[in-house]
Amino acid sequence: MRKFKQQFLAGPYLIWIIGFILLPLIMILYYAFTNGDGSFTLSYITAIADETNRKAMGLSLRLGIICTIVCLVLSYPLAMILNNMKIKNQGLVVFIFMLPMWMNFMLRILAWKLLLSKNGVINSILTGFGLSRINIINTPTAVVLGMVYDFLPFMLLPIYNSMTRIRKDWIEAARDLGAGNVTIFLKIILPLTVSGIISGIVMVFVPSLTSFAISQVLGGGHVLLIGNVIEQDFMQGMQWNAGSGLSFVLMIFVIASMTIVNIFDKEGEGTSIC
Amino acid sequence: MSKHLIDFIGISKSYDSNLVLDDLNLYIRENEFLTLLGPSGCGKTTTLRLLGGFESPDKGQILFDGQDITALAANERKLNTVFQKYSLFPHMSIAENIAFGLKISKKSKAYIQDKIKYALKLVNLEGFENRSVDSLSGGQQQRIAIARAIVNEPKVLLLDEPLGALDLKLRQNMQYELIRLKEELGITFVYVTHDQEEALTMSDTIVVMNQGYIQQIGTPENIYNEPENAFVADFIGHSNIIDGTMIKDELVEILGARWACVDKGFGNNKPVDVVIRPEDVELVDPSEGTLQGEVTSLIFKGVHYELDVMAGGYEWLVHTTRFVPVGTKVGIKVIPFNIQIMHKPESSDEKAVEIDA
Repeated sequence: MRKFKQQFLAGPYLIWIIGFILLPLIMILYYAFTNGDGSFTLSYITAIADETNRKAMGLSLRLGIICTIVCLVLSYPLAMILNNMKIKNQGLVVFIFMLPMWMNFMLRILAWKLLLSKNGVINSILTGFGLSRINIINTPTAVVLGMVYDFLPFMLLPIYNSMTRIRKDWIEAARDLGAGNVTIFLKIILPLTVSGIISGIVMVFVPSLTSFAISQVLGGGHVLLIGNVIEQDFMQGMQWNAGSGLSFVLMIFVIASMTIVNIFDKEGEGTSIC
Repeated sequence: MSKHLIDFIGISKSYDSNLVLDDLNLYIRENEFLTLLGPSGCGKTTTLRLLGGFESPDKGQILFDGQDITALAANERKLNTVFQKYSLFPHMSIAENIAFGLKISKKSKAYIQDKIKYALKLVNLEGFENRSVDSLSGGQQQRIAIARAIVNEPKVLLLDEPLGALDLKLRQNMQYELIRLKEELGITFVYVTHDQEEALTMSDTIVVMNQGYIQQIGTPENIYNEPENAFVADFIGHSNIIDGTMIKDELVEILGARWACVDKGFGNNKPVDVVIRPEDVELVDPSEGTLQGEVTSLIFKGVHYELDVMAGGYEWLVHTTRFVPVGTKVGIKVIPFNIQIMHKPESSDEKAVEIDA
């Protein structure tokens, strides 16, 4: 009786999982491995090797990696500064850094479009001072800029979290045993923040790899990422099989990077935010 | 005894507007076990942290072997610390923890291996090399923390309430371990604690501190038997501290009765504090006592009974091995030698009297 009741309570979630997670996954798998008349084929998977797709995938990987590196380089020192701040309300300062995250990301990207466009805010100011315009809108640079702006908090938070867990007396103990600042960083701080770094890398890399909206708005159709190709397959070409095939390949990349997390991140730092 | 190894000269330190140490002067001799003892907030931990190099004084100098080390960073001082919270590095094995300091001073692999073995043996944890920090109990972690400090062969080992987080039994065992270690290593120990029993058991010299001032420096026997003022007497064990008047040399009046004592030089008719240890109070037949009273409570404490005796308007704390039921009329007697006379503190904040150890 009790068992039945429990199952009954789990019902809505079961329906959710089946309807919105399992079923779409099965459909993608079905479309990815069949052609129009329902017979098995691998051609939509191997389509990743076609020139357009290969280039889009390559660009996605490249921009994803660049975005991740930039986020890491910006976040790590920032997390250190935040952690070392000698003020009472550290949480508030961190909250301010996190604040943009709660805003709809499309809005923030559209704001960047306004800032960067040919006659946008930045260029108006530059020409006002008699300086030359910057033309980065509709280039990969603008896309990376948008990605970094959007995903920075996802890098900052896990690194900051792992840093706050380093006890002050560990640092003092290391210093007591003769360690200078460099040794303390390399032997104590860095190893103890590795899990935060790994989490941050995945949390930035995965969404930047799969993003298509940022490249659409800030790339203006000139920057074709794998996400854009998939979007076009589904929305414009109605080629569900082709789109599913590429989605499947993309999913493999995502799963691969998640696996790396599970190997390094045993404390579950990343799960706290996703 | 042996020469001064460490000198604190006129050290003052305050946090914000809070004065923690005021003009502290103290020397530590080579190879002594010196304990800084006092209640929390008395400045003992600050003194240790100043010596370790984790804080710098607002005023004054710290000399080490005659050299001024006031400006040296913690990693440049030839001393090591055992922290209250053990502070083992969680991402390293036990062996890596112990090797940390040795690797920094670029010792050879073979030397480091030898040292790890030696240190683990010294703290009775042989074979723990590859264990993780998490898998050790508090007492074991504290031993590793000690091992990690001593492999660097410091001239001075600083211990900041290292037994504070351990349970009673373990704490007592570790006290003997520490005494043994001190003997084996032949180095100076500077120990911080608020536990008077710990201090009495282990120390060569005890420095009693309160509110940033040194109250008394002396051997454990010295501090226990001849407390300099009421604070020390009260802090070192439970005592009867009674207002009295020094009638003349070797005669004091307390609670309306006159008692022979052995102290001289306090002047005539001067107000004093009188300390009488509970184990020094003799319960005799009412007719033989200096004061007469009645037992008001009786608690069995194992080795002895702890009694409250109401006599002369004061509730005396008495330790005796005799069973004296509540309500018994008794007389109180104290032999002259066991009556300790102390100056009344001059001001309310009990400034320390300048004293030489």
